[in-house]
Amino acid sequence: MEHLEKYQVATANIIKMTNLCGTIYDVTVENEYLAKASRCGQFVHIDCGDEFVLRRPISICEVTDSGIRFIFDVRGKGTKRLSEKQVGDSLDILGPLGNGFAVRKGKSLILGGGIGVYPLYELAKQASKENPCDVALGFRTKELVTLEDEFKTKCDNLYIATDDGSYGFHGNALQAVKEKLESGAYETVYACGPLPMLKALKEITDRNNIFCQISMEERMGCGIGACLCCNIKVEDDGEEGFKHLHVCKDGPVFNAKEVLL
Amino acid sequence: MANLTVNYLGVEFKNPVVTASGTFGFGMEYNELYPIEKLGGITVKGLTLNERQGNPAPRIFETSAGILNSVGLQNPGVRYFAKHIMPKLKELDLKIIANVSGSTFSDYVEACKIVDASGVDIIELNVSCPNVKQGGAAFGTNPDTVFEITKLVKEAISTPLCIKLSPNVTDIAAIGQAAMDGGADGLSLINTVSGMAIDLKTRKPVFHNIVAGLSGPCVKPIAVRSVYQTYQRTKAPIIGMGGIANGNDAVEFMAAGATLVSIGTMNFKDPFTPLKVIDGLNAYLDQNGIADVNEMIGCAHPTGKKI
Repeated sequence: MEHLEKYQVATANIIKMTNLCGTIYDVTVENEYLAKASRCGQFVHIDCGDEFVLRRPISICEVTDSGIRFIFDVRGKGTKRLSEKQVGDSLDILGPLGNGFAVRKGKSLILGGGIGVYPLYELAKQASKENPCDVALGFRTKELVTLEDEFKTKCDNLYIATDDGSYGFHGNALQAVKEKLESGAYETVYACGPLPMLKALKEITDRNNIFCQISMEERMGCGIGACLCCNIKVEDDGEEGFKHLHVCKDGPVFNAKEVLL
Repeated sequence: MANLTVNYLGVEFKNPVVTASGTFGFGMEYNELYPIEKLGGITVKGLTLNERQGNPAPRIFETSAGILNSVGLQNPGVRYFAKHIMPKLKELDLKIIANVSGSTFSDYVEACKIVDASGVDIIELNVSCPNVKQGGAAFGTNPDTVFEITKLVKEAISTPLCIKLSPNVTDIAAIGQAAMDGGADGLSLINTVSGMAIDLKTRKPVFHNIVAGLSGPCVKPIAVRSVYQTYQRTKAPIIGMGGIANGNDAVEFMAAGATLVSIGTMNFKDPFTPLKVIDGLNAYLDQNGIADVNEMIGCAHPTGKKI
């Protein structure tokens, strides 16, 4: 929610790339500017190859000493092509983009579902530095449970949930911590994940007046706020009762209270 | 280094490369990446009399060598533009083309009057937006309507006026001629090509409006043909656009009859595309011993200058 550094078009070399599980890939690239300028919750816009007119927006998972790490799922031809890159290849990356999470004082909950887990890792590092912080992560099934050990060192309590109950809590991440959340245990909630989870979360945080920041996604064009494609609805006092903001420039992190899901 | 200065509708552009409406916001986002003063000019996001929120998401969809968009003219309205945006743009050393849309004749005229007074260099009348229910393309596909709206707007403003044409017609040159007969100073083409995509999961149209506007390299041959035919018929000064990605593409458009070339969709792929087009165009001219870019304009025509 605070814009810190400007974006650039960066050429970044892949220094680490692994198939985390299923069609999910874990990539670390080296670029001095991205290392310096990137903040938790921001994203980068990656050119996946000559045959694609649009870049692919991918959230930053971790800011490393020499660059950034991002984790993505193969969702179409562009991300498929990206998954075929190898260590040593260079990527054309526009970023860092958007407004990330504003890390707040007091006890916080970090809530992630599916591939929405990965944009939260850098946040967990920052949020747990000086303040108590719990993390709840949801996955479809046991085989997809990832980054558990890494998150474990960045929080006080880690809750893992699977939709099919094959590992940890049987249900989604929100259900795993719902009671604690409703009891007023947290001053801030940060979340990223499937829309139904965010909707259910917003209902709780709105009702209990808990400050909640959510990371949103939408089909995107330019990535910098020029084409106005990645619109989401937010509350507005005007005639129509809403206005359109844009995930790339106004987000991807929004105050859940203002967003109309 | 060839001469790149061109005169379009009495306005001097330091080079013939501008950006296309709706792909470049009001220029500020790209100004973070490079000084946009390097461009001949920019065309700002399509403006309407009153603020518009535009269409619901999704608004963009990738196709082979292109994109479909359905933004629906989200913009802050002409008054906000005149008061808050134009003063900032005026400080920059580049030409400002304001794209203006409306849903009624009186909307167009009133909006253009406000933009006219704001000090823009050229007004580009959008009579061809495919993504709004009223006005837009409905105006741009009928020569009589184009004639009439051009005449009304032209009488109301003193800024040079060009009319942006839709390719979704049988004879684009006839529409261009109608605009020139109505008093337009120039033409701008092409707007997006009417297209559609189906979502494979839902098996329903991707976009709420069903149809959307196709742009990018996939439409370039349609655009070059449209510029050629329209120039041939009207000899109007033309802003040519449609999938331009490099200097060679710009050469094609200028040879077909364009005075200015406009970069749209490819800004999304590579934000530096307009600069690369300037460099590529210059390199082409040098390599071919052409000292002045103006010699290129319309040279593909039988009547064109031999260079």
